[in-house]
Amino acid sequence: MLKRRFDTRTQPGFGFVALFTFFALYLPIGALVAYSFNEAESLSRWDGFSLRWFVSAWHNDAVQDASIRSLVIATWAAVLATIAATMAALATTRTEPYRGLTFKYALINQPLMVPEIVTAVALLIVFSRVKVYTGYSGLGYLIMAHTAFCIPFAYLPIRARLESMDLTLERAAADLYATPWKTFLRVTLPLLRPAIVAGFMLAFVISLDDVVITEFVKSGGQDTLPTYMLGQLRRETTPEINAIATVFLALSTVLVMIFFFINRRKQ
Amino acid sequence: MSGAQKAALAAQKRNIRNRWLLSAPALLTIFVAAAGPLFVMLLYSFMVKGDYGDVKFGQFSTEGWVSVFFQRDMFDDTLGLAEAHMSIIWRSIKLSFYTTILTLLLGFPTAYFIATRPVHTREIWVFLVTIPFWTNLLIRTFAMQQVIRNEGILNNTLIWLGIIDRPLQIIYTDTANLLGMTYVYLPLMVLPLYASIEKLDFRLLEAGYDLYANRFQVLRRIVIPLVKPGLIAGSILVFIPSLGAYVIPRVLGGGKNMMLGNLIEMQFGAGRNWPLGAAMSITLMGFVMIALLVYVRNASRSGAGHA
Repeated sequence: MLKRRFDTRTQPGFGFVALFTFFALYLPIGALVAYSFNEAESLSRWDGFSLRWFVSAWHNDAVQDASIRSLVIATWAAVLATIAATMAALATTRTEPYRGLTFKYALINQPLMVPEIVTAVALLIVFSRVKVYTGYSGLGYLIMAHTAFCIPFAYLPIRARLESMDLTLERAAADLYATPWKTFLRVTLPLLRPAIVAGFMLAFVISLDDVVITEFVKSGGQDTLPTYMLGQLRRETTPEINAIATVFLALSTVLVMIFFFINRRKQ
Repeated sequence: MSGAQKAALAAQKRNIRNRWLLSAPALLTIFVAAAGPLFVMLLYSFMVKGDYGDVKFGQFSTEGWVSVFFQRDMFDDTLGLAEAHMSIIWRSIKLSFYTTILTLLLGFPTAYFIATRPVHTREIWVFLVTIPFWTNLLIRTFAMQQVIRNEGILNNTLIWLGIIDRPLQIIYTDTANLLGMTYVYLPLMVLPLYASIEKLDFRLLEAGYDLYANRFQVLRRIVIPLVKPGLIAGSILVFIPSLGAYVIPRVLGGGKNMMLGNLIEMQFGAGRNWPLGAAMSITLMGFVMIALLVYVRNASRSGAGHA
């Protein structure tokens, strides 16, 4: 009789736990999405398939406002953070260590080291006073706060790409009498483009997702989609909130997939 | 010094100055809208609290810091331990610790499973972990809320199966906080663990079996010591955000099961005690720093062990 080959790589029960984990990761999200297509008023029963909650979310002025505001903030923050991060990455890579380099690394990564709630209340303290002094209470504060915590995320892929980049092409350009600026525009920047796109998308998703800092920095009537949803959760919720979540989910999944494929093509 | 040397030195100086100019926008933005405000908050923690929130600017007081840990008796003004604060701080530490253990128990087998798949399918499994990781935290918390609430999937299924006849009260308990944090932070455990296990030399396991080790011994004596950097990295990545959790306890824990993040928020809202809130925030940062220091010490030690 043939004995099953002894597999040295497997451990008993690990496969089972892993499949349970994947099940547990997707069950809540799956249920959330499924219930957004529910005909019923309440989340407690299923009355059949319907798109009514998507329609009602679409016609909800508060949701429209919050969505547009979210996109405006995320676009500004991602653009500004990507530009700042690209410049910072160029300034901190491909060099002998110089004085202040460690300080730069530490400051750029600082937003990742502090719990969000701490940054949020610190910003509340400072911005509330600035709002009183200047009288300005527009979206600028939110855009600035988002830009700051998006920079480390945009910086990460760009720096990684710069560090693994071949210097010979740039030297060749220089040998052919290209000016440093021309070399940068014609050689460095095109080589860097996938990483810049990846950094931009990370920053965009991170800004779009933020709840805590936005909740503390926003002035009255400046709800973004996540803070609007957080506010709704206090009440008895209808599947409308599921519909909003489903659209949000679809958007970030698409962005992550694009990010994933850009990264894969690079390898 | 020769002329050429002088020119080289000047060029180097110019290069470094350009590098500072180039990094200035990033550094300034972070200083103005992230790092700098932390210093202002430190100052605020030493000021007298304002009557309607904010502080009485420039008036020094240590009351904020004292009231993180102690409270004044209403009648005789003596100091006693602030039990309400202590129990919330303790809950935060305890729940973060449990969350780390739970994510480890689920995450380690999962990461191991992914790492032992054929090379071309690994990427798909990793991708399946990455998707929830990039999904909005609030949406994932909300999804969890729908699963565990009294009329949610979990309770309905258990009733349908006849295991229970009344819904289990999970939502608005510490268990809800724990389940929520485990669910939300699980990918943070799986990803670094996977990175570690993937690099594991599986021939060492064969050698272990040749020397008559059983499965458990191979796991404990060979696999776990070799993937320790991933274990520590994953644990720290889960522990730190759990400690500062705000959205999850607000949505799942309800008012009675606050964590440190919610206690801080309260001081800036209904509590109107900004110096206390500032002092608590710095205390929370202190806990995070301690966790990071433990990580750095362990990481450098285990790194040296493999060198």
